[in-house]
Amino acid sequence: MENVIEIRHLRKSFGTNEILKDIDFNVRKGEVVCIIGASGSGKSTLLRCINLLEKPSGGEIIYNGENILDDKHDIFAYRTKLGMVFQQFNLFNNHDVLSNCMVGQIKVLKRSKEQAKEVAMKYLTVVGMDQYINAKPKQLSGGQKQRVAIARALSMEPDVLLFDEPTSALDPEMVGEVLAVMKELAQSGLTMLVVTHEMGFASEVADRVVFMDKGVIAEEGSPEQIFNHPTQERTKEFLKRVLR
Amino acid sequence: MTWEWLIKIVQNNWPSFLRGAWATLYISIIGTILGSLIGLLIGTIRTIPMPDRGLKRIVLKISNVILSMYVEFFRGTPMIVQAMVIFYGSAMAFGIDMDRTIAAIFIVSINTGAYTAEIVRGGIISIDKGQFEAAHAIGMNHTKTMLHVVLPQVLRNILPPMGNEFVINIKDTSVLNVIAVSELFFTTKSVAGNNYRYFEAFFVASILYLIMTLTVTRILRFIERRLDGPENYNIIPGNQMQVERPEDLLHKDKSNTKTGI
Repeated sequence: MENVIEIRHLRKSFGTNEILKDIDFNVRKGEVVCIIGASGSGKSTLLRCINLLEKPSGGEIIYNGENILDDKHDIFAYRTKLGMVFQQFNLFNNHDVLSNCMVGQIKVLKRSKEQAKEVAMKYLTVVGMDQYINAKPKQLSGGQKQRVAIARALSMEPDVLLFDEPTSALDPEMVGEVLAVMKELAQSGLTMLVVTHEMGFASEVADRVVFMDKGVIAEEGSPEQIFNHPTQERTKEFLKRVLR
Repeated sequence: MTWEWLIKIVQNNWPSFLRGAWATLYISIIGTILGSLIGLLIGTIRTIPMPDRGLKRIVLKISNVILSMYVEFFRGTPMIVQAMVIFYGSAMAFGIDMDRTIAAIFIVSINTGAYTAEIVRGGIISIDKGQFEAAHAIGMNHTKTMLHVVLPQVLRNILPPMGNEFVINIKDTSVLNVIAVSELFFTTKSVAGNNYRYFEAFFVASILYLIMTLTVTRILRFIERRLDGPENYNIIPGNQMQVERPEDLLHKDKSNTKTGI
């Protein structure tokens, strides 16, 4: 299968603190990749480097055969191809639910209002938030906000959807509704890259699981391989700690 | 008797009082609006992220230095002194005989601009970083992020301190009497001088100032509530086209098994 994103020798340091050390990693079309690992292992930083919210210190990110870390590359056009779902939802507070899903389409993709509304409604229906289009973000629960955030990302019709610990800020009872939406999306063939602490989700939905430790990819493979037959000592240790 | 004098002064001089109050009001309204625009512009420029290199970085560095000099100068000197320096200075240095009202509006504007620049900058800094990131993540550049996401929120948040500035301006235009602008303080002074009744005349002026500031405060509160929008929202009833939600599917599974049995 063809690669959507190829990452080669990616490095990132904050000052002298090296967070990512020489990461090599591909995301293939239609694939669901879950990145797991302890806090501080660099998984969120890797995700944020991929859509350039953090500027990588070195290496290459290849998208459509071009290295987007070239100076001349249009990073704003590139970012519209990657949807991002944040841990803290980050819905635009000055827009209501519908407008959150429309503003990017209208201002960035230059779609017409009617077209943007149609697309937004389509994805709000997918996440089950079409009844709340008039609500402001502060009037929604965490789970509802995250579903709107997913619809906002989908409305841009990206090639890849990046999830940065999408359920970590939610109350336990709301985790389910967000994971159910993500599962549905995964089954629809969307390419997804998910940083998560939900091991159940990873083992059930992922095509491939990547275990990160101290800024490197320690082990990667199918969920079956990683969860049932890990080869690396640190993978075993981590799983023993989180699964108990 | 003081009370009789009060009535007499109001009866004889109400047109001057009203003219003075009107001048105070429009100098402070126009001054606050122009000042806010200056402040908005400067506050926004000063929060542009610094590029790593290139011409843009140099231009931005230089403009930041100039803008912070402007802010520091006008915040750091009294408006009464600025009025003298600008009005008499411009006459002396350039031979411009400025219209007093225009000079007054100019002074109030640039003074307000210096304060609101900091209010705006603070407002922008206090917006959650996640709002910027989310806007960047859907491909907005800095300008679009500011226009469609950040500044609308900033404007709502800075309305209370801006109202504060407005009230301060209504009161502080009184210092412009030093360049003989015929605002409320100046007209009151001449009324008082005519009768030698200082207490009564300035008592009337204080009431007028109070009416103006209270009205402005109320109007701003009203605007704030309007901007906040309704507290409730309406749920749009689902239609036939609606795709099932994950939780609906669960319910359906349950009911299906029930009928199956």
